[in-house]
Amino acid sequence: MSTESKIINFMKLRGLASVLSIAMVLASIGILATKGLNFGLDFTGGTLIEVLYEEPQPLEEVRSTLSGAGYENAIVVNFGSDTDVLVRLPQGMSPKLGEEVLATLRADAPSEVELLRIEFVGPQVGEKLREQGGLAVLLALIVVLIYIAMRFQIKFAVGAVAALVHDVIITLGAFALVGWDFDLTVLAAILAVIGYSLNDSIVVADRIRENLRKLRKHEAFDVVNISLTETLDRTLATSGTTMLVLVALAVFGGDMIHSFALALIIGIGVGTYSSIYIVANLLLTMNISQDDLIVIQKEGAEIDDLP
Amino acid sequence: MLNKYPLWKNLLLLAVLGFGLLYAMPNLYPPDPAVQISGQSSGMKIDQPTIERASRALDAAGIEHFGELASSDGKSGLIRLYASDGQLRAQRIIQRALGDGYIVALNQASTTPDWLSNLGAQAMKLGLDLSGGVHFLLEVDTDAAIDNRLDQYTTGIKKALREAGIRGYVSLADNGEIQGKFRSEALRDKALSVIRKEYTDLTAQRAEQSDPENFDLVALLSDTKRKEIEDYAVGQNLTTLRNRVNELGVSEPLVQRQGRNRIVVELPGIQDTAEAKRILGKTANLEFRLEARYDAPASDREQFEFRNPGLGEPSAWLERDVVITGERVANAQSSFDENGMPQVNITLDSEGGTLMHRMTRHNINRRLGVLFIERKSRTRYEVNEAGEEQIIKIPYDEKKIISLATIRDALGVQFRITGLNAPGEANELALLLRAGALAAPIDFVEERTVGPSLGAENIAKGVISVQIGLGLVALFMVVYYRVFGVVAVAALAFNIVLLVAAMSILGATLTLPGIAGIVLTVGMAVDANVLIFSRIREEVRNGMAPQHAIDAGYGRAYVTIMDANITTLLVALILYAVGTGPVKGFAVTLSIGILTSMFTAIMGTRAIINLIYGGRRVKKLAI
Repeated sequence: MSTESKIINFMKLRGLASVLSIAMVLASIGILATKGLNFGLDFTGGTLIEVLYEEPQPLEEVRSTLSGAGYENAIVVNFGSDTDVLVRLPQGMSPKLGEEVLATLRADAPSEVELLRIEFVGPQVGEKLREQGGLAVLLALIVVLIYIAMRFQIKFAVGAVAALVHDVIITLGAFALVGWDFDLTVLAAILAVIGYSLNDSIVVADRIRENLRKLRKHEAFDVVNISLTETLDRTLATSGTTMLVLVALAVFGGDMIHSFALALIIGIGVGTYSSIYIVANLLLTMNISQDDLIVIQKEGAEIDDLP
Repeated sequence: MLNKYPLWKNLLLLAVLGFGLLYAMPNLYPPDPAVQISGQSSGMKIDQPTIERASRALDAAGIEHFGELASSDGKSGLIRLYASDGQLRAQRIIQRALGDGYIVALNQASTTPDWLSNLGAQAMKLGLDLSGGVHFLLEVDTDAAIDNRLDQYTTGIKKALREAGIRGYVSLADNGEIQGKFRSEALRDKALSVIRKEYTDLTAQRAEQSDPENFDLVALLSDTKRKEIEDYAVGQNLTTLRNRVNELGVSEPLVQRQGRNRIVVELPGIQDTAEAKRILGKTANLEFRLEARYDAPASDREQFEFRNPGLGEPSAWLERDVVITGERVANAQSSFDENGMPQVNITLDSEGGTLMHRMTRHNINRRLGVLFIERKSRTRYEVNEAGEEQIIKIPYDEKKIISLATIRDALGVQFRITGLNAPGEANELALLLRAGALAAPIDFVEERTVGPSLGAENIAKGVISVQIGLGLVALFMVVYYRVFGVVAVAALAFNIVLLVAAMSILGATLTLPGIAGIVLTVGMAVDANVLIFSRIREEVRNGMAPQHAIDAGYGRAYVTIMDANITTLLVALILYAVGTGPVKGFAVTLSIGILTSMFTAIMGTRAIINLIYGGRRVKKLAI
C-alpha cells in the first residue's frame, strides 16, 4: 500500500474520545433531565399567533396590551424582524382564542396588523405526537439494528446504533441547553440526523469490513486506522457539501426552517465525529477480528464480483 | 468491454430523462389567479349566460379578466384574472351579482398546455405552509355515538318486553351496561330469550343478584358492534363535513379520516377561519318526537323550551322516544307558505319516510315536535394537583323545540316545518339539513392558519436557499473533482428533475419540511458520487490503469452506497408510516429522493463517464 506511510493514527486518541463522548452524553442526559426540552406548540398544545405590524412595534406594548386583556402568561417575541411578532399562549383555551387575541392586538395597534398564521393545538394532540415521535425513533433504531446485523455482523450493528443514540442524545442535549423550541420540524431533523449518521457509520464500517478481509496480516487496530484514513477524504467532502447546503438553509431559509437547519448542523457535526470515534472505537473495544467475518466473507466475495 | 454501456442502457437513461423532463415541466407554468363558480346544489348548471353575467359585473368594477369558460359537465365555471390582488374583490363582486344560489371560490387556474395535461402531467401540489390556508383537526366524539345507540337499545328493549307482557325494570347504567331487574327467575329468563332473539348485536346474560328480591340480567354491546358504530359515526361525519366544506366554496378542499376517530380538513386559500369554523362546527341536528300524553309516566317524557318563545307556551313535554333524526333528511329547502311565513320543505329518505308514516298514521291529531339540537360547551375552572388552574371545556347538547304542529294527515317522505320566525332562520335550517347532520358531535383539537403572504415568503426563501446550497455544492464538486465533478453536477440536476417529476406523478404535496428533505437528498446524492470518485482517485494513486480504476471505483463503491441508502430508506419509510404532518412531508421527499439519487448517482454518472472515457485509450483521468 503506497499510502501506508501517511496513515493517520486516529485510534491513538480513542481513550480521550471515549471520555469526551461519555462526558458529552452524560452532560446531555443531565441537561435533558434537569432543564428539559423546550417543547414547542406541537407537543405542548396551546395557541400561537404570528402577526406582521406595519411599523416596528415595541414588545413591551404588545405584552401590556395582552395582559390588559387578561392574557397573563403570554410569551411575546420578535420573529425574524422587529415588525414580525409571535405570541404564544400556554393553553389552548378554545379554538376561538386565536381570533380574540388577534382582535385585541388589532384594536390596540397604531397601524395595520396582518395575520401571518394562527396555530391552535389541543394538549391531547401534543401528547399523542410526543408518543408518536418517540415511537418513530425507537422503531427506526430497531430496524436499523436488524438490517446491519444481517448485512454486516452484530458487532457492527451495535457500533452503528450506539453512534446513532450518541448523536441523537447530544443533539437533543444541545437543544435543551440553548433552549431552542423543539417542534415537529426539529423532530424531522432529528430523524434526518439518524439517516445521515447511519449513512456515515456504514461507509466507515464497510471499509473496515473490506480491509479486515484484505489486510489479513495487520492488527485490527491498524486496519481501523488504515480504513479511517482512506475514508477521511470522502467523510470530509460529504459532510462539507451537506453542511454547505444546511448553512444556506439556516441563513436564507427563513425562520420556520431555521431550527430545522440548526438541528441538522449539530447532528451532522456530531455524526461525522461519531462515525470515526464511536463506531470504530466500539469495534476495537469489542475485539473485532478477521474471524468475525468468516461467514460474511463468502457472501461479500459474491457481491464484489458484481459488475 | 470495460466502461462501455450497451446501447439499451443508454437509451433507457435517455428515456427516463425525457420522461422526467416531461412530467416535471408543468411545474414551470405558474397558475393564473382565478375565480371558480359552482352551484349551491348539485343539480344546478353553470352555463354561458351565468358566466357572462359574472364577467359583466367584473367589467363594471374594472377588474381585468380573460379566459372565461364553463366546464363540460356544466357543474362549474372559471374566470381567469390578470392579477392575484383582485381575486378577493372579484369573488365578492361575482357573489353579489349572482346571488346566494351560487358558490364563488378563489382558485388557481392551471396554465399547463393541453398536450401536457392530456399526458396526465400535473404540477406538484403545494402544502398549506406554502400556499396559505386553514388546517383543522377534528375529533369525533364516538362515545356519544355509542351512548346514543345504547339509549335506543334500552328504549327498544323496554318496548319489546312490554309487548311480550314481561314486567320488570330495565335501565342503562353509566358503564354502558343495560341492566334488567325482574321479580322472578322465570320472568328474567323469558326476558333474556326475548332480548337474545330480537337484539343479536347485544350479548345478554344472567347477572349476579343485587338483592334477594330481584333477579338480574345484563346486556352488553359486543366489541365488533361497538367498532362498527364508531366507524359509522366517523364515516357519516366525513360525508357531512364534505358537504359543509362544499357550502364554503373552497376550490380544492381535503377532508380525510386520520386514525380511529379524527378527521383532517384542509382548506387552501381560506383566511376567514371564523366563518369556516362556524359552518364546519355546526353540530346541529334535528329530532322529531311526538308530544307526550298527559298521562304518560314521567320516565317516558322530557320537557323542552322553545327556541323562539313566541306568545304561546314557553315549553312543552315531548316523548323520550325519537321518531327519526336529521340523518334521515335527504333534502331540505326554505320557502314561504300561503300566508307568507317562512317554512322549510323536507324530503326524507325512504327509511325515514316509512318510519314517519308508521308513526304519524296512528297519531293523527296529536302534535309532532321538531327539536333543534346544538352542541355547545361551557367552561369550568379547576385547580389541579400542581396548583395550576386548568380550563376544562364541557361539551353539552342544547335541545330546543323549533316547531310543534298538529298532525293533520299521515306524513310521508315529504312534509314541511313551519313556525319559523325569519326567512334567514329558515335558510340556515335548510342549509344544515341539506348538508346532512353529524352522526356524533365533533370537537376542534387542532387548527393552523397560514397567511398567503407568509406562504409565498416561505416558497421564495426555500427556493433561494436550495439554489444557493446547490450552487455551493456544484462549485465544490467541480473544483475538487474537475471533469468528474461536472458529471456529478449534471447527475444532480437530473436527480432534481426526476424527484420533481416523481412527486408530480404521485400527487405528493410539497411542504416546507419537504423542501428541507430535498436539501438533504442533495447531500446524500452527492455522497454517492463522492464515494465513487474518491475510490477511483485512490485506485489511480495505487497505480491502477485509468479504465480499470473507473470500473473498480464504481464496483466497490456500489455495495457501500446500497447499504447506506437502504438503511436510510428504511428510516424514511418508518417516518412516513408513523409520522404526521411535517414529518410525513419530509419522509416523502427523502424516500423518493433516495431512490432517484441512487439511480442518477450510480447509473447516470457512469453513463456520462463512459461516453467521455469509455472505449478509448486514456492516459490520465481528470479527477
